[in-house]
Amino acid sequence: MSLHATYRDSGTVTVVDLGGRIVLGDGSALLRKTVRQLLDENRTKILINLADVNYIDSSGIGELVHAYTSVKTRGGELKLLHLTRKVHDILQITKLYTVFEVHSDEATAVLSFR
Amino acid sequence: MAQDNKHLEVVLDTQVESVNLAEEMCLRVAEAAGFDEEMCYRIDMSVREGVINAFHYGNRERPDKKIHLAIDLTPEKLVIHVMDEGKGFKLSDVPDPLAEENILSTSGRGIFLMRAFMDEFDVVSGSTGGAEIVMSKRLPGTENMHPNGQPGSSGSDTSSQKEA
Repeated sequence: MSLHATYRDSGTVTVVDLGGRIVLGDGSALLRKTVRQLLDENRTKILINLADVNYIDSSGIGELVHAYTSVKTRGGELKLLHLTRKVHDILQITKLYTVFEVHSDEATAVLSFR
Repeated sequence: MAQDNKHLEVVLDTQVESVNLAEEMCLRVAEAAGFDEEMCYRIDMSVREGVINAFHYGNRERPDKKIHLAIDLTPEKLVIHVMDEGKGFKLSDVPDPLAEENILSTSGRGIFLMRAFMDEFDVVSGSTGGAEIVMSKRLPGTENMHPNGQPGSSGSDTSSQKEA
C-alpha cells in the first residue's frame, strides 16, 4: 500500500494526515515533497498524524528525521501524533522517541505548539 | 512441516521494486513456515533492510549490478542471505545509529534494525566480492533447540550479534 498524504489547518498548526507505508521509493519521496511544500508556504508548525501508517522502514525513518531537522532549521516545530504500535516500536528502538515530541490527542498536540 | 531443508534463490535487479519483491517473497515463506504476524513483520522488515543495503550501499544503485537473495528453510530456522556486487564492508566500520552524534542522521539504521529483529546476524565476504548479509530466525517451537536440532538451552548459539 503506497503512502497518501493530505493536510489541513487547525488554528496556526498544519496537520498532515498520512496513510500507508513510509518506505524507500514513492512513500519517502511523498513525505519529503509534502514537507517541502508546507515550508514553501511558510507553514512551520507541523503535526504529522501517523494513525494510518502501519509500516516504516529505515528510509522512512530517515525521511521523518529529515522533515524534523528541515522544519527546525526554519525555526518551526514538527511533532508526531497517533503512532501505531509498529511505528512506536521502531522509534523506541532507534531512540528517536526521545527526539520527536509525540502526542496521542490532537487537541492537546495543537495546543502544545508555541 | 517437512524435516528436509528447502532452498530458494533469486537474482534481483538493482532497483527499488526489488526491495518490495524480496520482502513479499520472504514474507510468504515465513508465513508458510508458521511464524506469527509479529515474527513475519520482523523478518520482512529485515529482508527489506538487507536488500535496501545491497541496492543503495553495496551496488550504489547501479543497474548493471545484481542483488542475490537466497532463503534456506531448515527444520530449525529460516536463514536469509542477501549478497551484493559491491566492494564489501566490515560491521565494525558501521557507525552506531544510537550514538548522540548520529541520532539525527537521515540514514544508517538498516543494519541496526536487522540485528535487532533477527536471532542471528552477520556480514561476510560474498562470492561476488561484495558483502553477504546472513541472518536467521528460529522457527516457532524450536527456541530451546541446539543448532543440530537436539533439545538444549535457549539463547544465542553462534557468533550472533543480536541486540535488544
